[in-house]
Amino acid sequence: MDARRREVLKTGGGVLALAAAAGIIRPGVTLAQEWNKAAFETRSVAETVKALGGGGSTPSGAIEITAPDIAENGAVVPVAVESKLPRTQAIAILIEKNPNTLSAEFEIPAGTDPFVSTRVKMAETSNVYALVIADGKYFHALKEIKVTIGGCGG
Amino acid sequence: MADPMRIRASMTGDKVEVKVLMAHEMETGLRRDASGNAIPAHFIRNVTVTHGGKTVLSAQWGTSVSRNPFLHFRFKGGKAGEKVMITWLDNKGEKRTDEAVIVGGG
Repeated sequence: MDARRREVLKTGGGVLALAAAAGIIRPGVTLAQEWNKAAFETRSVAETVKALGGGGSTPSGAIEITAPDIAENGAVVPVAVESKLPRTQAIAILIEKNPNTLSAEFEIPAGTDPFVSTRVKMAETSNVYALVIADGKYFHALKEIKVTIGGCGG
Repeated sequence: MADPMRIRASMTGDKVEVKVLMAHEMETGLRRDASGNAIPAHFIRNVTVTHGGKTVLSAQWGTSVSRNPFLHFRFKGGKAGEKVMITWLDNKGEKRTDEAVIVGGG
């Protein structure tokens, strides 16, 4: 009995490992209290997409970024992202020219609108990317925000 | 202990609109003090919002979320009088949980 149980557990673990390897389970995206250190240390949009488990991302007109064209104070830049892509699972905000690209990543469970609004710091004028994971695929939209006074350094 | 969050949760049609203001310095680790010493990073890494035991939003943040972070989102399935609970956890292991009662609205 015990031996069989162990066998089942072993098999179960194998399936999980396989799923993780295939990218079906992304630990950083599925476990709430984990923090994806590698993703937050990335220094380009491509690196961030990869660290979040994507092979690349496709531009999409179904993602809307609401943010000012010009931010006088780079320390407080309001950014809202709304996705109209079916089965949106996650929304991430990336700031191309910040010291680290990834600013925030939000997991959107079923029942929650594919919409988030927050405030971010920008070191200088930069493209801001909204990266959306929908139905397991990666999409993005971008908007340039001009910054008068940078908000990252000291 | 960090100051409490300011949370507003209100019904908008069949959805609960949640707006949160957290009290946190969100220090990047890149700044220096007057004597030239690096100010260590101190920032919120994880935010979890639950309603009736179900997670309605979870987030991972880096240092470039603004000081005293603001968050706004909407979810379905809540009613006036029920509670929304929000927890943040920062890179020093400090944690804060606050809750708000959903109020009726337009």
